[in-house]
Amino acid sequence: MNLRDTLILSFTTVASYRTRSLLIVLAMALGVAAVVVLTALGDGARRYVVGQFSSLGTNLVIVLPGRAETTGGFPGAALGQTPRDLTLEDARFVGQLPQVRRYAPLNVGVAELTAGGRLREVTVLGSTAELLPIRSMKLAQGSFLAHGSERSAQIVLGSQLAREFFPDGKVIGQRIRLGDSRFLVSGVLAVQGESMGFNSDEITIIPIAYAQELFNTESLFRILVEARSRNAIEPAKAAITHVLKLRHDGEEDVTVITQDAVLETFDRILRALTLGVAGIAAISLAVAGILVMNVMLVAVAQRTSEIGLLKAIGATAADIRRLFFAEALWLSLAGGAIGFALGHFGAWMIRLAYPLLPAWPPTWASVAGVATALLTGILASLLPAARAAKLDPVLALSGK
Amino acid sequence: MIRLSAITRVFHMGGQEVRALNSISIDIASGEYVSIMGPSGSGKSTLLNVIGLLDRSDSGHYELDGTDVTDLSENERARVRREKIGFVFQSFHLVPRLTAAENIALPLILEGLAPAERKSRVDAALDAFDLRDRAHHRPAELSGGQRQRVAIARATILRPTALLADEPTGNLDHRIGAEVMALLEGLHHAGTTLIVVTHDRELGARAHRHIAMRDGEIVADEK
Ligand SMILES: Nc1ncnc2c1ncn2[C@@H]1O[C@H](COP(=O)(O)OP(=O)(O)OP(=O)(O)O)[C@@H](O)[C@H]1O
Ligand SMILES: [Mg+2]
Repeated sequence: MNLRDTLILSFTTVASYRTRSLLIVLAMALGVAAVVVLTALGDGARRYVVGQFSSLGTNLVIVLPGRAETTGGFPGAALGQTPRDLTLEDARFVGQLPQVRRYAPLNVGVAELTAGGRLREVTVLGSTAELLPIRSMKLAQGSFLAHGSERSAQIVLGSQLAREFFPDGKVIGQRIRLGDSRFLVSGVLAVQGESMGFNSDEITIIPIAYAQELFNTESLFRILVEARSRNAIEPAKAAITHVLKLRHDGEEDVTVITQDAVLETFDRILRALTLGVAGIAAISLAVAGILVMNVMLVAVAQRTSEIGLLKAIGATAADIRRLFFAEALWLSLAGGAIGFALGHFGAWMIRLAYPLLPAWPPTWASVAGVATALLTGILASLLPAARAAKLDPVLALSGK
Repeated sequence: MIRLSAITRVFHMGGQEVRALNSISIDIASGEYVSIMGPSGSGKSTLLNVIGLLDRSDSGHYELDGTDVTDLSENERARVRREKIGFVFQSFHLVPRLTAAENIALPLILEGLAPAERKSRVDAALDAFDLRDRAHHRPAELSGGQRQRVAIARATILRPTALLADEPTGNLDHRIGAEVMALLEGLHHAGTTLIVVTHDRELGARAHRHIAMRDGEIVADEK
């Protein structure tokens, strides 16, 4: 019997046992779809997080006051001792390091923004001109804080705030009141949306000196540092730690984090999670495989006399084996294909429901899902097919 | 040409030995028309199965068309069955999912014939067995006589040298049974060796050679 006829004959068989075939195909399809959808979710989450971190800026090193204890706890919560403040002077020293391309000191607080009878509480960032390139932010209009402008009362508005306070679109050069001080709007940020739980469309940015005055503080919230290159990140981190230790009387009371390390950890964790989830989904496929095996064994038992007949009219053991094998192949092929489509449809639905989540099924997962379906189907058919091929024709014909 | 020498087939049933065939020796020439009769359990079906290479003997020798087929491998036996033997069973043994035409085509598919060649042969068989208008019916939609005609068409589609029928009329009423026998006899007239196992004396008497069995032995062999 040639391949084509084997496939056709086994297809007729599969098609005529409709309910049974549908059940198997469904089980297989759900398994494959689970692999595709779950990996799409996992990988989507990974890409989302990585994307969020990357949008913070490249080669970013962040300095924050307080020591991150190796015994746990978090920055600033070191046992007993209050960490020494991080000052503008500290930032300037960091900026002098050869490994550092640029730096931006940062203060954050909340203040009331008033203009044209409108009033609203907003998040205020105090920084310098370098904040723009370091955080890779973009301007929609006007200019950012001017270089060396710590003493000129400029303000940059998030796009949402600009729209709210100046609906007519004339923003640049307008006066606006923040807290008790007056500012001149110099620029508007481009729409960026939410990033790291922080909506940059609703922030204002003012020169660091004004911010420290406004919040009545000398200490910085962060120093954002951009290393010269990817390779300079670790040396920069070491140099920053060293210089600040010297400046703080030999106390290592700051924490320096590199986003690469954070990013890599998240990347690794989420990759592992995706793999784990894919593995669990693959187990459901193995269960489907066991179902296929059971159903095929029942089929062999039910079709015993038919197998005997085929042998009587001259089918070889190999013919019989291939027929059952091909049946499993059809079933798992259909299951794999439908599951693939179902999974991609599911991922599409997720993307519709959560547009922020890039829930694209990874290619490896789709391939692995379908391949696992085929493999389990084929493996599951080996035993039943061998059993059918081994049947004694005389006994089989009598239905025993 | 079928030549059995001292063929013995023993079954073991719960520690008990059943000699289904006890040292049977017969020659059946090509083109003969033989009936095998005997009480239930006398070994008729077993003999037919050994002749048709469905079953193996435990001892003795079997020569078919001049070649020793006693010790052929499973694959070779399958090939010989396909090429030289046609089986007709009491219970028809049609594949329920396939139409009459598809059932008839099965041996051609196993043989690996091209679809076009298959179609012309099946069409000829449908005509020869008066099944033209039943070609696309499934076995469940056919009468007993039609089913057995499909089975005979399938058994003879590859022009076997020997046609082995085990109570081919057992599930048919008398009139239809006689029609089926006439069909088989027509094939015999065309040159096929015909061996029929039957309980029906009248039908058995129509053969040209009558073999009677009892307890696994041939007790009479008359022409
Ligand atoms: N697979 C088997 N296992 C055990 N005993 C068997 C087997 N096949 C046949 N026999 C025994 O061998 C003997 C001959 O059986 P066989 O089927 O050839 O008889 P038969 O003449 O065809 O009978 P019937 O007219 O009832 O069909 C019987 O005693 C039967 O019980
Ligand atoms: Mg019998």
